Amino acid sequence: MIPDEYGRFGEFGGKYVPETLMSALTTLEKDYLRLSHDPEFTKQLSFYLEHYLGRQTPLYYAEHLTKLIGGAKIYLKREDLNHTGAHKMNNTLGQGLLAKMTGKKHVIAETGAGQHGVASATVAALLGLDCTVFMGEEDMERQALNVFRMRLLGAKVVPAVSGTKTLKDATNEALRFWVEHVEDTYYIIGSVVGPHPYPMIVRNFQRIIGDETKEQILLQEGRLPDSIIACVGGGSNAMGIFYPFVLDKDVRLIGVEAAGEGVDTARHAASISRGSKGVLHGAMTLLLQDTYGQVQPAHSVSAGLDYPGVGPEHAYLHDTGRATYVSITDKEALDAFQQLAQVEGIIPALESAHAIAYAVKLAKELPKEHLMVVNLSGRGDKDVHTVQQYLGGEFHG
Amino acid sequence: MVNRGRKAIEDRFAKDGKKAAFIAFAMAGDPTLEESYEIILELSQYADIIEVGIPYSDPLADGPVIQGASLRALRAGTTMDHAMTMMRRLREHTDVPLIAFTYVNPVIQYGIERMVKALLEAGVDGMIVPDLPYEESGPLREALHQAGLAFIPLIALTSQDRIHTIAASATGFAYCVSSLGVTGERSKFSNQLEEFVSKVKEYSPVPVAVGFGVREAAQVDFLKTFADGVIVGSAIVRYVESIYKAHQQGNIEAAQKARQNLMDFAKSLAFATGRKGDKDE
Repeated sequence: MIPDEYGRFGEFGGKYVPETLMSALTTLEKDYLRLSHDPEFTKQLSFYLEHYLGRQTPLYYAEHLTKLIGGAKIYLKREDLNHTGAHKMNNTLGQGLLAKMTGKKHVIAETGAGQHGVASATVAALLGLDCTVFMGEEDMERQALNVFRMRLLGAKVVPAVSGTKTLKDATNEALRFWVEHVEDTYYIIGSVVGPHPYPMIVRNFQRIIGDETKEQILLQEGRLPDSIIACVGGGSNAMGIFYPFVLDKDVRLIGVEAAGEGVDTARHAASISRGSKGVLHGAMTLLLQDTYGQVQPAHSVSAGLDYPGVGPEHAYLHDTGRATYVSITDKEALDAFQQLAQVEGIIPALESAHAIAYAVKLAKELPKEHLMVVNLSGRGDKDVHTVQQYLGGEFHG
Repeated sequence: MVNRGRKAIEDRFAKDGKKAAFIAFAMAGDPTLEESYEIILELSQYADIIEVGIPYSDPLADGPVIQGASLRALRAGTTMDHAMTMMRRLREHTDVPLIAFTYVNPVIQYGIERMVKALLEAGVDGMIVPDLPYEESGPLREALHQAGLAFIPLIALTSQDRIHTIAASATGFAYCVSSLGVTGERSKFSNQLEEFVSKVKEYSPVPVAVGFGVREAAQVDFLKTFADGVIVGSAIVRYVESIYKAHQQGNIEAAQKARQNLMDFAKSLAFATGRKGDKDE
């Protein structure tokens, strides 16, 4: 059983939180285990997933990209087509319903780029819950439009002014707020991070990506894929598509981290490749830190990957060798961003562009029979402005 | 040489039930390592026990005031080794029990074995790690206990059926968190506080102290009717913040005044806890 009763994935995971939260985490685990088998809960969740989110999402054979590369056959799992533009809603719908069915009136969330904040605000509006989103002050400036979207959806957005004023600090603020309001507030964590049972709950709500992929590829190709590629910040889209394939040993699972300006520089977000074991946001995991355990700032052009830690189950999959983790630089991701737009007419999220970039790199070296699935976790509308600024005069249109 | 370790802490608590121990918190390296040394040494005249904070980049159990202290200390370049050296210097000049307060990640990176050795060498008597709940604390707790040092667990209003297990494991003292939320001054305590503290007392083999939110002597008058000790952190750190700001402005006089205010405050707490303001009494 993974995780075990202590919320451990091998050496990783667990609950490293202030005592005030311990009983809330235990209650959450019990509520989750009960409701995940409750017919009313599953009925409502399936209804919203289908009719509100628009699932299932297509598994699209990217023929033009495949032909251009001339190697492996590339499929794209189109999570970008979900309502609000990314896989994030799979999780917020599930957790929002958990909050509602356990009688909570108020939900809180942390957000980096604003995608999870928007997804939480959306679900709160849908289910009639109050919503407060914590967002780093710096991110609020960088992603002003998403701040407006959240407010439009009726959420309150609170700036996190501590530390680096980014996602890491927004998460700290959300946890601090939760400690104080634990009795009537539900905390919707946005990724497979945090103390147990969150990494398990978020994974289980996101596994629909992998479950659908399996069904679709069997239908379209009559066999399982040879490799699956997904980007990893906290790692929820990757965990979602990997998880149903973990026992299918012949399927290569590849997580792509953000190398920022290069993993040998001080500016990257490669917590698995370049991090070390330690505790961040309530879980034992791999993170960027100095020798004294002070958490170091991460960097990526993609705000969603700009996080100094990673979900504990990824640390475990890395440790056991079941999944491989590689990294892609800002530059490579920006190139892939443009390439996919021009070749397939799909503008990917900058996060997903990291997965595309590695897929393209790898596909070149593989035979045509190799079936590759790339999780296109989100769409790039939110990033157009950033990309425009980065490219400046270099746009090769 | 007096006993050190958990015994030193436990012996500091008043025994007749009417008086409470005054436990002060200050951050190593705030505003600078040298001045935090001087401040803590001076505080040791009034406090029965001192918690020395070791700064951490992501102190999620702390409110804005102590977060600020952590940040100032880190900016001043304070490391675990610096904090250990400072506490060793303190030990050469005072017998006051010292407790190292830090988060789990710095402990893991330093290494438990190395940590315990450093604490022993520095003459530190125990540890508090606010993000290390009972279930995860086994290895550190056992290593500290084996060395005769205290591992002081936090118990919260929400601990409910966990109270028994946690309280029973306490050494040094059991730390009752007065309210929901992070550290910081509060004007009012939960109605359930007294009942909660009595319940902890039932199971704890060691004294029971209350912290989080204590900001003035008047609150101490109330808390000492049922708690064995009172922990004051943010209210002290706020004075240190004033010292820091005065230095920033180059106003030495204002810095000295803020320090005097801090000591007057400490004296008022020492008095309110029912002890004389001089440790040599």
